[in-house]
Amino acid sequence: MSETNSSYSGFWQQGQRRGILGWLLSTDHKRIGIMYLCCVTTMFIVGACLGLALRLELIAPGPTVMSAQTYNATFTVHGVIMIFLFIIPSIPASFGNLLMPIMIGARDVSFPKVNLISWYCYIIGAVLAILSIFTGTGAPDTGWTFYVPFSTQTTTNIDLAVMAAFMLGFSSILTGLNFLTTIHRLRAKGMTWGRLPLFVWTLYATAWVQVLATPMIGITLLLIVFERVFGAGLFDAARGGDPILYQHMFWIYSHPAVYIMILPGMGVISEVIPVFARKPLFGYWAMALSSLAIAFAGSLVWGHHMFASGMSDMAILIFSFLTFIVAIPSAIKVFNWVSTLYKGSIQLAPPMLYALSFIFLFSIGGLGGLVLGAAASDIHLTDTMFVVGHFHYVMFGGTGFAFFAALHYWLPKFFGRMYNHKRAVIAWALMFVGFNFTYMPMQVLGVMGMPRRYYDYLPQFTTLNQVSTVGSWVMALGLLVMFVNLWKGIRSGTPVGPNPWGGATLEWQIPSPPPIENFGEEDPVVTHGPYDFKGVVADEY
Amino acid sequence: MSIEHRDDTGARFGMWLFLYTEVILFSGLFLLYAMALAKFPNDFSNASHRLNIYFGTVNTLVLLTSSLSIAMAVTALQRGRTKLTLILCGTTVFLGIVFLINKYFEWSAEIGHGIYPGSHHLAEQAPGVAAFFNLYFFTLGLHGLHVVIGGTLITVVAIMTAKGKVTSERYTLLENTALYWHLVDLIWIFLFPLYYLIL
Repeated sequence: MSETNSSYSGFWQQGQRRGILGWLLSTDHKRIGIMYLCCVTTMFIVGACLGLALRLELIAPGPTVMSAQTYNATFTVHGVIMIFLFIIPSIPASFGNLLMPIMIGARDVSFPKVNLISWYCYIIGAVLAILSIFTGTGAPDTGWTFYVPFSTQTTTNIDLAVMAAFMLGFSSILTGLNFLTTIHRLRAKGMTWGRLPLFVWTLYATAWVQVLATPMIGITLLLIVFERVFGAGLFDAARGGDPILYQHMFWIYSHPAVYIMILPGMGVISEVIPVFARKPLFGYWAMALSSLAIAFAGSLVWGHHMFASGMSDMAILIFSFLTFIVAIPSAIKVFNWVSTLYKGSIQLAPPMLYALSFIFLFSIGGLGGLVLGAAASDIHLTDTMFVVGHFHYVMFGGTGFAFFAALHYWLPKFFGRMYNHKRAVIAWALMFVGFNFTYMPMQVLGVMGMPRRYYDYLPQFTTLNQVSTVGSWVMALGLLVMFVNLWKGIRSGTPVGPNPWGGATLEWQIPSPPPIENFGEEDPVVTHGPYDFKGVVADEY
Repeated sequence: MSIEHRDDTGARFGMWLFLYTEVILFSGLFLLYAMALAKFPNDFSNASHRLNIYFGTVNTLVLLTSSLSIAMAVTALQRGRTKLTLILCGTTVFLGIVFLINKYFEWSAEIGHGIYPGSHHLAEQAPGVAAFFNLYFFTLGLHGLHVVIGGTLITVVAIMTAKGKVTSERYTLLENTALYWHLVDLIWIFLFPLYYLIL
């Protein structure tokens, strides 16, 4: 076997072309996944630095390190980068591309060239987003939602930022339809729907949302450009338009997009927990169907973003009710993870620590979602720091920690080397503590009445803001330790065999790193479910 | 690398999903149309009467005929008649160009009358009239862009057919391109009555 050979390096070496073109023109899903991984991680680091700058500005009342206009631009760019360039593509585009074809026993995705085009759309979007900061008459300052009328009137460089989001939407659509086709058409023999790993199920649900909802943001963003370039006034109340309609069209995509962000994260957790509890996942079908239920119900709740901006009482009631409905499948997931842990033989490896903290942080964020979904408390909390704390708990504590869990769980597979566990645990501890010190004070500040996106605040909010800022430093330190540890691990860690964790899904049955066509000449035949650990033994490393 | 990847059903599946996203893209504009119509029924009716129905009718006939020719091209290729396929693809692209030329004259006339997005003339009109024409130019402009993309795709596939890369054995690429062209036609079938006929 070639994997026993010390010079073996799988898809890193084999390829049609040599050198950089072997990557830039590659249609191999693993290479495209690695390219996505590099890009989203870079974007995450850029976005995190902007976030740290924002927290630094808020360490004391009054001007601290930047001007008010710079502050507006910073939170806008932080939001645009984190939402469109990091969270939405993070897990589906990087780990989905890396793993989904392997997990279903396929050689590649259905449309490998479309996959590469999708990556180029992402790159064009990233370049446009970054250009929008440095060109024109200033960085965008509207917030990532580009709300009209301000976005049609401000003189800053909105056009480029909006076109960037449009391209990223296109990238997302192409990835989604590629995944849907692949999951429907390319499953290996014996890989029935009931044997799909849950990560694949969540990618499947996510892909439907990507395909169904994203075109709406596409047309809405094009309309902003139309308004700005031609002065059309379709969203201008003075000229027959309707600004509230913009908010509807924006959130028809952007609320389901929240589930594009969180569902793949839930899929990662559903993979990690059974492996490190050495138990089959509790309630397989409940988990699979709840993914679809979240995608479906999540597409009906956009109106809860507009409780305070003018809607009929009946509409508020309906959207509030539908918002509560989403909590049911989400809770099913949390309870099933906890049930899987019950009487499990739990091994606190780094991926497991991230997965457990995911459950904790996501639950706090999710319950905060109910507080905001209830119309009465939402009216009090709209546009306060509570909202900022809430969505960071869900998006960063949820998706972000799931992304880190995925990094720690699957990087040994794709690089064939293991990072240092002790340092990984230290990094996790710093991040977990820092995280709660950063975002919990925000929720308290919001309840106390501090508005979000404000440059300055009243003196009574000082202490909690200081705690939050110091927390952000602890978290940044944790991130630094984590990235350095992972980097050192993939450069010079201990080599690992095919199955360092003892997983039962298909990716653990092929060499680390995987060869170019995943399974060689013979397509695999699947004979048991993804969480059937009988006889599965973890490799020593 | 060793084994050829080919899945015609998968390719069709993917194309239908993509066409669905195109429908949603236009549905945002239909939403805006519905809202504005409900708000300004009289203005919309007045504005609609200023459009030249003959241009719209000719374009409808042209586009429907082109849909026929591309459908015939697919059948011709399935029966292995490559030359006829190329002629029919050429006809479709030609009709697409006729559509765009017609659109050019129509828009030139309107712009000549001072009707275009952001014009002073429109700004002086009732808000509903301005909303109608803004939507008209944006929606039909986006549709025109799809005509250009569709025509380009058909040209590329026709060249591939001539080179023998698309054959009676593997015609899915032409079939998918034809589906795209039918979508362009279908959207026009909604736009024509909404803007020219029913008001």
